[in-house]
Amino acid sequence: MRLRVNGGDVELPEPTLAEAVATVTDARRGIAVAVNGEVIPKAQWTRPLSEGDSVEILTATQGG
Amino acid sequence: MEDPLVIAGRRLGSRLILGTGGASGLEPLKRAIVAAGTELVTVALRRVDPASEGSLVDLIADCGVSILPNTAGCFTAQQAVRTARMAREALETDWVKLEVIGDSDNLLPDAVELLAAAKTLVAEGFTVLPYTSDDPVLARRLADVGCAAVMPLGSPIGSGLGIRHPHNFAMIRDGVDIPMICDAGIGTASDAALAMELGCDAVLLASAVTRAADPSMMAAAMRQAVAAGRLAHLAGRIPRRDHAEASSAFAGMAEW
Repeated sequence: MRLRVNGGDVELPEPTLAEAVATVTDARRGIAVAVNGEVIPKAQWTRPLSEGDSVEILTATQGG
Repeated sequence: MEDPLVIAGRRLGSRLILGTGGASGLEPLKRAIVAAGTELVTVALRRVDPASEGSLVDLIADCGVSILPNTAGCFTAQQAVRTARMAREALETDWVKLEVIGDSDNLLPDAVELLAAAKTLVAEGFTVLPYTSDDPVLARRLADVGCAAVMPLGSPIGSGLGIRHPHNFAMIRDGVDIPMICDAGIGTASDAALAMELGCDAVLLASAVTRAADPSMMAAAMRQAVAAGRLAHLAGRIPRRDHAEASSAFAGMAEW
């Protein structure tokens, strides 16, 4: 299945959201995850993703 | 003299809010945070970089200060609202420095999008601190929709031009009852002192410290400037006069 994860193309077979997140980071604290623009709380990361889903994984960086 | 800054019922002992953008690394940033004596620092939200080393969030926690996430880089209300929701999830705070810019060159706020985003976020329970133009009417509109503070820019972000329209600042001060925070444009200590003398409740600055030749020394200067400006504001300055007013009495002068 083809996904977008933080702007990059990722190919995973029947992935959960947690598996998509794991392609970018092992961190569980200090990050937030959205699928197609909607924030998904950590408790719901076991949910399956669909073809073409866009996953964004954000954290705090230096900024004014 | 105890003189806390109170925003949305929360007391802060320092009236200096430090932005973390522009610091050359985590260690210099930590020294600047400590020297500034701040209790609140801003961060931006960006994609996780697997290659990045050290945790900004841990550093901020080590310093014992609170995090104010921003929505820097957003051009629309939708982008800003989504970024604020992500910040709340990642950082467990419902405070947000709301930034919706309308021009990538001057980084000035987009008033229409800003107000729309503020309304949405207030309705969702956020404590909204909007970075806004130095426009007294827009400031009042932001207060009316329930923002916890207004944060007018002194001059464009990172410009170091100070407060270009002090008269606007005075009008904003007269027009809103919520805290007013000078956000953006501060170049050096006298700018920060002027902001406070004009009635700002606090100053938010980043580049002036993080891009100074000696960031922690400038942070210390800003700390003193904000405190001095606040005291001067409370003390009540003398009126400006067109002519001199002698401070030594003429009565009792000798005849030579």
